[in-house]
Amino acid sequence: MTMTTEPPPSTTAALRFSGVSKKFKDGTVALTGADLAVAPGEFVTVVGPSGCGKSTLLRIASGLDKASDGEVAVHSKSVGYVFQDATLLPWRTVRDNVGLLAELEHMDKKERERRVRDAIDLVGLTGFEKHLPMELSGGMRMRVSLARSMVLAPDVFLFDEPFGALDEITRERLNDELLRMFIQSRFAALFITHSVQEAVFLSGRVLVMSGRPGRVKAEVTVPFDYPRAPEIRYSAEFAALCGEVSQYLRDV
Amino acid sequence: MTVDVDSAAAAPAVGPAPGEVVAPPTGAGVPGGRWARSRGALLNKFLLPFCVFALFVGGWYLVSGFALTRQQRFMLPLPHDVIRVGILDWSNFKVILEALRYTVIVTFVGLAISMVLGVLAAVLMSQAQWIESSLYPWAVVLQTVPILALTPVLSFFFGFALTSRTIVCVIIAFFPIVSNTLFGLQSVDRGMHELFTLHHTSRFTRLWKLQLPAALPAMFSGFRVAAGLSVIGAIVGEFFFKQGNAGLGTSLSVYSSRLEGERLWATTLVASLLGIAVFVFFGWLSRRVVGRWYQPKRG
Ligand SMILES: Nc1ncnc2c1ncn2[C@@H]1O[C@H](COP(=O)(O)OP(=O)(O)OP(=O)(O)O)[C@@H](O)[C@H]1O
Ligand SMILES: [Mg+2]
Repeated sequence: MTMTTEPPPSTTAALRFSGVSKKFKDGTVALTGADLAVAPGEFVTVVGPSGCGKSTLLRIASGLDKASDGEVAVHSKSVGYVFQDATLLPWRTVRDNVGLLAELEHMDKKERERRVRDAIDLVGLTGFEKHLPMELSGGMRMRVSLARSMVLAPDVFLFDEPFGALDEITRERLNDELLRMFIQSRFAALFITHSVQEAVFLSGRVLVMSGRPGRVKAEVTVPFDYPRAPEIRYSAEFAALCGEVSQYLRDV
Repeated sequence: MTVDVDSAAAAPAVGPAPGEVVAPPTGAGVPGGRWARSRGALLNKFLLPFCVFALFVGGWYLVSGFALTRQQRFMLPLPHDVIRVGILDWSNFKVILEALRYTVIVTFVGLAISMVLGVLAAVLMSQAQWIESSLYPWAVVLQTVPILALTPVLSFFFGFALTSRTIVCVIIAFFPIVSNTLFGLQSVDRGMHELFTLHHTSRFTRLWKLQLPAALPAMFSGFRVAAGLSVIGAIVGEFFFKQGNAGLGTSLSVYSSRLEGERLWATTLVASLLGIAVFVFFGWLSRRVVGRWYQPKRG
């Protein structure tokens, strides 16, 4: 890894990638010189063709994988990571699944139970505490997964296409609710998606990645303020932004 | 469920979307309702096995009644003779029940030891590839070694009675527990492992909170196979180690040498029933323990 000069403290990003490359053992180059930064309290989405290294980006940010080259800086006390699958433990009830990460982090029991209750409330699953994952719909499982991470009150939140497997209506609802959480907790979010609408609706900036080996090719700033009404999806400005992102996606 | 009215203006009502409904309790929603379902279950669970049983008994009558002459019939007596002599004649049946007691003891002790050792061995093997590579082949060898070859050394160290029989039982029942448990421990979804990795989970916590619970269904199917095998193990053990209290295996070898077909087959029947009983018991236990969250996929 090469060292780059530290940014001045006032502009310290929650998450910064500088010239990050990733070459797997089998020779696959997933990323070449990826640059990106997410400021504290900023919501950034990443779109890009399938297989361009989006998941790899998040795995490196979370420490699950190591970058082969470049510098990764994460300034965070607690990183949340939501996978594409809900990855719930099938033998645990909703309540016990939501409490899992807090349990692994040895959080005090009283505190944990309080936060679990709040998180379940936040994702609208009150009344389902005793249900097993098997008894939930895909959307509800994803809510449990979100709640599980929320319990740790992360200041950096990584999302790997969390709503990719859901139908359009459920996805939009969860988008609305995710923004509600974001406004409440103001974490720094790096959100991966296939859906251009989802990207524009959620984020302050949309990063477009090139095909493999991936790097950030273009950036679209979304000027809407938070909180965002669900109806902005139908505005002309929203459509124009989506068009712009789609255009970049076609060009890469 | 309550709807958060305050936030309803900014964001639509909290709660699952219209399409997201909790699965109905099993039974409802099936065409024809609960009755058709339980009738189907009844057919599958009892009627079909019974038909197979009837065919089997019919075949038995055919072989015994027509293929064998009266002089040869001691090999496979007619079913009703087996019942009459071996089971309805109390003086004979009492002996079989007495033998059953000792077989049951060896079966249960052997099975319990296999379960403990088998799960421990699997957990050990799951901890590192090199441990698995060095131990697993020997678990396979242990399963394939002819018991006959072990008789001298077992009898030298443990005598000709219950201890040696139990060891034979363990040798026979051990392997399916190891292989099933190991499979279960290793089949945990990669995503779940990574979730635990992200939170710097210790080996023990990972084992206790992730791998062992995930392995339970496989472990129980191992227990079930091993339960049947432990009956066989106990009987084989009694065949070779005949000192002390006689078990079903002891009786079998005596009746067989005396050409007492009826008592031989009655004893066999009792041994099979014991096997079925432990098998069914572990099926029930498995459903009790993991049935709530684990639903095997149907082909
Ligand atoms: N462990 C690995 N070993 C080798 N190659 C890998 C590994 N993980 C990922 N790759 C490869 O790296 C590339 C990028 O993978 P990645 O999962 O990051 O893509 P992605 O952008 O998330 O794709 P998708 O949108 O389909 O999820 C792919 O070509 C993939 O085959
Ligand atoms: Mg991916």
